[in-house]
Amino acid sequence: MRPFEEIVAEHGQVVMRVCRALLGPHDAADAWSETFLSALRAYPDLRPGSNVRGWLVTIAHRKAIDRIRAADRAPRPTDRLPETPTTDDHAEADPELRAALEALPPKQRGAVVYRYLADLSYAEVATLLDSSEAAARRSAADGIANLRTTYLKGVAP
Amino acid sequence: MSTDNDHELVTALVAAFPATDAAVEGLRARLAEQAERDGLLDVAYRTVDSPFGALLVAATPEGVVRVAFEREDHDAVLDQLAAAVSPRILRAAGRTDAVARQLDEYFGGRRRRFDVPVDLRLVRGFRRAVIAHLPDIPYGSTESYADVARAAGNPAAVRAVGSACSHNPVPVVVPCHRVVRSDGSYGQYLGGPETKAALLTMEAAA
Repeated sequence: MRPFEEIVAEHGQVVMRVCRALLGPHDAADAWSETFLSALRAYPDLRPGSNVRGWLVTIAHRKAIDRIRAADRAPRPTDRLPETPTTDDHAEADPELRAALEALPPKQRGAVVYRYLADLSYAEVATLLDSSEAAARRSAADGIANLRTTYLKGVAP
Repeated sequence: MSTDNDHELVTALVAAFPATDAAVEGLRARLAEQAERDGLLDVAYRTVDSPFGALLVAATPEGVVRVAFEREDHDAVLDQLAAAVSPRILRAAGRTDAVARQLDEYFGGRRRRFDVPVDLRLVRGFRRAVIAHLPDIPYGSTESYADVARAAGNPAAVRAVGSACSHNPVPVVVPCHRVVRSDGSYGQYLGGPETKAALLTMEAAA
């Protein structure tokens, strides 16, 4: 079994991308930490030959769901807080595209994130979204089509 | 219809969610701290500069479990630790701070003995008796393999002593370099015979 440090080095960035795409920049760091801490706990029992990236993204997926549910349960002091401006590198990169991804229906957003940002197979995406492989394919295609509309609007001359 | 557009879109999407080394680096340090706090950090390691190249220093919660010279290949050593101790291994400061500082002092000629807990779980049986005796050999002096065999309770086991010393998992910290052949020649060393000679020369001069 490889030292866990190598697992973090190899997959830390892709998990960060996934957390950011699922949760936005504020919760992403905590979700990343929770994901790798959980993974570290379970790591000695991981079956040899497992797809480590898929395993990590699955944990990140669950952590993201937990966070979204907890946020939904928490009382809201105001109806909708305005987007808090961020000062990290994240803030400069393509806010329209990020907003468009956030606006997608949950299955489409998940399918796009897991297929294109995490580079998982449609079979793995289907498991994460609790749907069939065909439905996962469709969600990803629909999601990309929706994003394309926004994206092309943004970059068209 | 527009695969090129899709490709471009996916590239833009990846760029929209950057995960820079710097962003992940801070989180990796925090992960090691959280792992330590939750009792999940079975092996913490770091590298320490020495006059003989980088040394890998690894510690369990019980103490320093491994010191490795560069020529041993640090990646291979970490793989061995994953198999022999636990794959829950992270690069981390904290646990290895004291030994790193003491190694620095030792190589600077400002320390004569190491005062850190050592975990000898990688050594069994008679070899362990040998390794346990080595810290009693004072800085700057040497014993022969035959002396050590007697001290470890088996005067006939001279070859086994040689083998125990040349497989010492915590060289430098546990001074196997102070054990030499009866004729005064150096014998084997994990760090190479020239490193053994240099350590003894350094100690003799201090």
